[in-house]
Amino acid sequence: MALVDNIPVSEAQWREAYGLSPEREVPFTTLSGEEIKPLYTVRDLPAGAGGPEDPIGLPGQFPFTRGVYPSMYRGRLWTMRQFAGFGTAEETNARFRYLLDHGQTGLSTAFDMPSLMGHDSDHPRSLGEVGREGVAVDTVLDMETLFRGIPLDQVTVSMTINAPAAIMLAFYVVAAERQGVPTERLGGTIQTDILKEYIAQKEWCFPVDPAMRLVGDMIEWCSVHMPRWHPISISGYHIREAGSTAAQELAFTLKDGLTYVEQAVARGLDVDAFAPRLSFFFNAQIDFFEEIAKYRAARRIWAREMRDTFGAKEPRSWLMRFHCQTAGVSLTAQQPLNNIVRTAIEALAGVLGGTQSLHTNSFDEALALPTEEAVRIALRTQQIIAHETGVANTIDPLGGAYFVEALTDRMEELAYDYFRRIDELGGMVEAVKQGFPQREIADAAFELQQEIDAGTRIVVGVNSHTEGDDAQTSILRIDPSLERKQVERVRAAKADRDADAVERALVALKGAAASGQNLMPLLLDAARVHASEGEIVHALQQVWGDYRERPVF
Amino acid sequence: MDTRIRVVVAKPGLDGHDRGAKIIARALRDAGMEVIYTGLHQTPEQIVETVIQEDADAVGLSILSGAHMTLVPRIMRLLAEQGIDDVVVTVGGTIPSEDVDELKALGVAEVFTPGASTETIVAFLRGAVGQRATA
Repeated sequence: MALVDNIPVSEAQWREAYGLSPEREVPFTTLSGEEIKPLYTVRDLPAGAGGPEDPIGLPGQFPFTRGVYPSMYRGRLWTMRQFAGFGTAEETNARFRYLLDHGQTGLSTAFDMPSLMGHDSDHPRSLGEVGREGVAVDTVLDMETLFRGIPLDQVTVSMTINAPAAIMLAFYVVAAERQGVPTERLGGTIQTDILKEYIAQKEWCFPVDPAMRLVGDMIEWCSVHMPRWHPISISGYHIREAGSTAAQELAFTLKDGLTYVEQAVARGLDVDAFAPRLSFFFNAQIDFFEEIAKYRAARRIWAREMRDTFGAKEPRSWLMRFHCQTAGVSLTAQQPLNNIVRTAIEALAGVLGGTQSLHTNSFDEALALPTEEAVRIALRTQQIIAHETGVANTIDPLGGAYFVEALTDRMEELAYDYFRRIDELGGMVEAVKQGFPQREIADAAFELQQEIDAGTRIVVGVNSHTEGDDAQTSILRIDPSLERKQVERVRAAKADRDADAVERALVALKGAAASGQNLMPLLLDAARVHASEGEIVHALQQVWGDYRERPVF
Repeated sequence: MDTRIRVVVAKPGLDGHDRGAKIIARALRDAGMEVIYTGLHQTPEQIVETVIQEDADAVGLSILSGAHMTLVPRIMRLLAEQGIDDVVVTVGGTIPSEDVDELKALGVAEVFTPGASTETIVAFLRGAVGQRATA
C-alpha cells in the first residue's frame, strides 16, 4: 500500500478533500464532551486487535468485549423488565400482573421514598410521600401482598432498594417461605449498592462504614443460602441521572464494584464463591455510540480486574452482566411524545451494547408516574427492537467498527484515569467521604446545563423546535387515600402481633449490630415476628447513628 | 449595605434528586446572588427556620417526589404563621400543570418545571425580589 507520511494515499486524498469541504458549526462532541473525529479507520482499532491477546475477541471469551455469552440474543433475548411500583402493595401487585399478562418476563419493584429511607408509612416524615414514587412496604405482610398470586420460584424479581436492602431481602425471603418457596429457589436481584447512594441517589439510613458492613453481611449470607440470587446490583444508573458523564458513570460504578469485591475478599470469602452473583445496572443515554462503547469497555475492564487483580479462576466470575434502563433525564416535559423516539434509540444502544435485561421508560415520565398506556408503549418498544428490527440476528453487530472500537478504548482509558485518582484519595470509601465523585458529577451536570442554556447543545422541543403550548397528556394521579390506607395497614400490623417477640428480636439485632456477627439471620427473625422496616432501621441507628451529607454545590 | 439577593435553595421531603437544586444554586451564585443550600431531606420546619435565620429574600423549593401538594402548603402556612409575607417562594420539579395553579393560589410566585433554563430562573428572581423591595 502506498503511504504518504505513514498514511495511505487514499486516506491522504480523503483528508485533503474533507479539508476543502464545509463543516457545520457545531461542537462535534459526545454528550459527555468527548471530541469525535470526522472519520475513523482501521488505524483506530486497538493495539493487538486480531492478535493472541485480542482486546476485541469473541463473545463468551475473555475479555468479553463482544458479549458475556457465546450465543447472546441468538440463544435467548434480553429480559424485558419494566420497573413498577406505586401506592400500596395491592396496587403494585395489580400492575405486576398486568405486565406479566402483556409479555413481560421479569418483575422489578420500585419502593416509595419512606421505604428507601427506612421510615414506616406512619412516621411523620413520611407524610405526603407514601406510595408516591414506588410501593410502600412496611412489614412482611406488605411483601406477601405485593407478590400474591405470583409464583416466586418461577418469576425473577428485582428490588430497587439500597440502605435497607438487607431488611427488604429478609421480608422477601419470609414472604416466599409463606408461599412455600424455599430460599434457595429464589431468583432475582436486590440493588444494595450503598456507595452510589452516597454518590448520587442520596437515600441513606446509616453512616458509610456500618452501611458497608451490612452489604458485606448480605453478600456473605446470600453466597451460602441463595445460589440463584444477585445480592447486589452495582449501579451507574443514578450516577448518570445525577449528571455524570458516561466515563464517570463507568468509572465510579466499576470502582464501587471493585470495592465491594475487596471487602468481601477481606472478610475471607473466596472470590469465586460470590463474584458470579454480582450484577450491574447502567444507564442508556441518548448518545448512541458513546453508550455502546461504555458497556463494551465495562465488560473488558471487569474481566481483567477480576481475573488479574483478584485472581478469580472461575470464568463466570469475570463476566460483567448488566441490566440497563433508558435515561429518565433525557425525557422532556415538552412535546412528550418525542420521548418515545428517544427511548427507542436508547434501548437500541442497550441492546447493541449487549445488555442482559432492559427497562424502557414511558414517554410521560417527565410529567408524573407513567400511565398504563405509556408503560405498554414502552414495553412494545422493546418488543419491536427484539422481533422486527433484526438486530438480534447476529452477535455484537458493531464489533470491529473502527469508531466503536476506538471509543471503547477511550472509555476504558478514562475509567482507569479515574481509578488512579480515587486510589490516590485512599480508595472509593474514602473518596466518597471526601465528596470527590459527588463534586465531579455536580460539575459535569452544571456544564451540560450551561451548554443547553447557551443553545450549543440542542434538546429538541426544549431549546430548539419549540411549540408555544405543549399539548397536555393525561397523567397518572396517585389517589391520596392510598396513603391513609397504608398508614392504617401498618398500624393494624403493629397492633396485631406479639409485641414481646418483636422487642426480643430488636434487642438481639442491636446486640449483633454492636458485635461483628452476621445480621441476616437476625433480620429474618425480626421479619418473621412482623417487626416493621422503620423499627428495624431505628434499632440499628441506635447502635450505628445516621448519616448527614455536607451540602456542597 | 450588601444589596445582594439572598436565596435559600431547599430540598424538602425524602427524595434525593438534588441535581436540579445544585445546578440552580450554582447558577444563582454565578449570577451574583448569595445562596444558602440546605442540603437534602429537610422538613418544612427546618426550611422555614433557615429562611428566617438567613433573612432570605427568596426561597426555591426543589421537589421531585410527588409530595409537593403536601409539603408546599405546609411551608406556606409556617411562613404565614411567622408573619413572613415578603419572601418570594418558587417551586421547581416535576409538577403537573393543574397543581401549578393550586400552588400559585397558595402564594407561590412561580413554578419551574423540567426544561426551564437557569437564565429564566435568575431573571425571574431578580424581577420578583426587586418588585417586593419597592412595593
